[in-house]
Amino acid sequence: MSDIVLRTDTLTRCFGGLTAVRDVSLACRFGEIHAVIGPNGAGKSTLVNLLSGDLPPSAGRIFFGERDITGLASHQVARMGVGRSYQKTNIFLPLSTFENCRLAAQTRLGHSMRFFRHALSFAEINAAADEAMVAAGLVGRADVIAATLSHGEQRQLEIAMALATRPRLLLLDEPLAGMGGDESARIVELLGGLARDHAILLIEHDMDAVFAVADVLTVMVNGAVLESGSPESIRSSHAVQEAYLGSDGVHG
Amino acid sequence: MNAQLSGMERPGRSGLAPAASAALLVILVVAMAVLPLTPLGADKFTIQLLTRIMIMAILAMSLDLAMGVCGLVSFGHAAFFGLAGYVLALVAPQGEAAGFWTSIAMAMAATAVLALVMGALVLRTTGVYFIMVTLALAQMLYFLFHDTKLAGGSDGIYIYVRPDATLFGFRPFDLDNVQHLYYVVLVALSLSYLLLRRVLSSLFGKVMSGIRINESRMQSLGYATFRYKLVCFMLSGTFAGLAGYFAAVQFGVVNPDMLGWHLSGSAMMMVILGGMGTLWGAVIGAAAMILAEMGFQALPAVTINGSEFNLGKHWQLWMGSFIVLVALYLPQGLGGALSALWRALFARKAAPRP
Repeated sequence: MSDIVLRTDTLTRCFGGLTAVRDVSLACRFGEIHAVIGPNGAGKSTLVNLLSGDLPPSAGRIFFGERDITGLASHQVARMGVGRSYQKTNIFLPLSTFENCRLAAQTRLGHSMRFFRHALSFAEINAAADEAMVAAGLVGRADVIAATLSHGEQRQLEIAMALATRPRLLLLDEPLAGMGGDESARIVELLGGLARDHAILLIEHDMDAVFAVADVLTVMVNGAVLESGSPESIRSSHAVQEAYLGSDGVHG
Repeated sequence: MNAQLSGMERPGRSGLAPAASAALLVILVVAMAVLPLTPLGADKFTIQLLTRIMIMAILAMSLDLAMGVCGLVSFGHAAFFGLAGYVLALVAPQGEAAGFWTSIAMAMAATAVLALVMGALVLRTTGVYFIMVTLALAQMLYFLFHDTKLAGGSDGIYIYVRPDATLFGFRPFDLDNVQHLYYVVLVALSLSYLLLRRVLSSLFGKVMSGIRINESRMQSLGYATFRYKLVCFMLSGTFAGLAGYFAAVQFGVVNPDMLGWHLSGSAMMMVILGGMGTLWGAVIGAAAMILAEMGFQALPAVTINGSEFNLGKHWQLWMGSFIVLVALYLPQGLGGALSALWRALFARKAAPRP
């Protein structure tokens, strides 16, 4: 399958005696949103950290396209075309919104061992940063210091930064965390648009949002995949309802 | 894609308008350049003091590049400063002048290599470990020169004849002349500042700031941060070497104290005193620290309740209080206070910054 951007094969990660991620095999395809859901502690964030290279797996393999990227450092994984956002906002707080995005876009140049030319004179980098801000809905906020942005805007900036690196795969760890209704709706709309030219792995707790945008759903419980399939099949799965959805009636 | 956004004016980091700060810089350099021609500058002592301040300013600025810009809190910068001095002393033929151009190039090359080797080791650590490992490596170099006969042991070596700047039969300046040395160091400081300032605004400079603010985020964006930190450390070490070279030229002697932790600590205090991350703050810090030290040492003896107390002899008491007060009440250092003052006085009409 040539449209598979990222694939894992029995990926496992242990922390001491705890197996946070156990034998997870999944695939992210170009043009698709693959949502991973599951209760707190299911291992979703650990999975993202494994895929982004922030954590090395204990066992199993990760393939980006045809290439085995298991054990590569996060900067190497990012270079290959994996952009990520963090569950806990992780941006450059003292810098402006624009500079946050510009710094992300700068990675497109291959290397930044350039010592004399002014950083703001690279028109294509500035344009890429502007483009990412527009895509994430941050028009008019370019010169605002990131620390003074609202929580929702900081979440948008997370996504803008991931976009500015021009990734093929986006790993979005709870992009809607702590967002209000209007803000969430805007991001959901944004995600739908991004899916056209990216592969997206989405971790999210907001079930309405997940079922609205996801093409494929994987349900994780206690580190392992419980079920994987289309939203309809997940919604009607008895096992999933038992383990996760049914009990609190979110989507029963 | 968005013309409105792209065309927007983007304020610089310094807070001062670029034209105003450039004008201020030119005025300062011109003032320094004409000073030796005025009655105030006719005094040899004043010229030598200002030369010493400018040399320490280069050292403080080099440390600011690592510490204030990239977040690499090096407690071993004296190693680069001292090594450059020793290189000059060791390459000078016995009783003859070393060539200025070759010896300065060799001193800077040697410190670059030392910084590369040291950086490759210490940059694997972060935080308080980084501080301690830079200190430990610098102290190793100190004891190497202190305890071996390599270069005069604990007494150091005298440089009896200052380097000769003859180039293709033409001698542009004479380093034995205190005014010439003053001008050479003034040029070195100005060029170092302009060059490093330029680097700060380059792509590399932006990466250094990013690493200071949030290194792990830089990695997840795709930056191999180790490489950038190593280049920053080398650049910083090389300029510390430039300062050490001129210090050896000025004093005509090198000894292990040039490599000691005491000097590393002084350089760090200059940077903190002046304010981190702006380069010019380090220059102000160096001047403030040396002048304050002299001022406190010159304090008179007073008689309190019949017993004499020499204020000047206990100058470190006042110096310590001064540094504590600046750290407590001026978190951006003296430089930060000056630029706040400047903004309050002249830039009231400028658009408010968020």
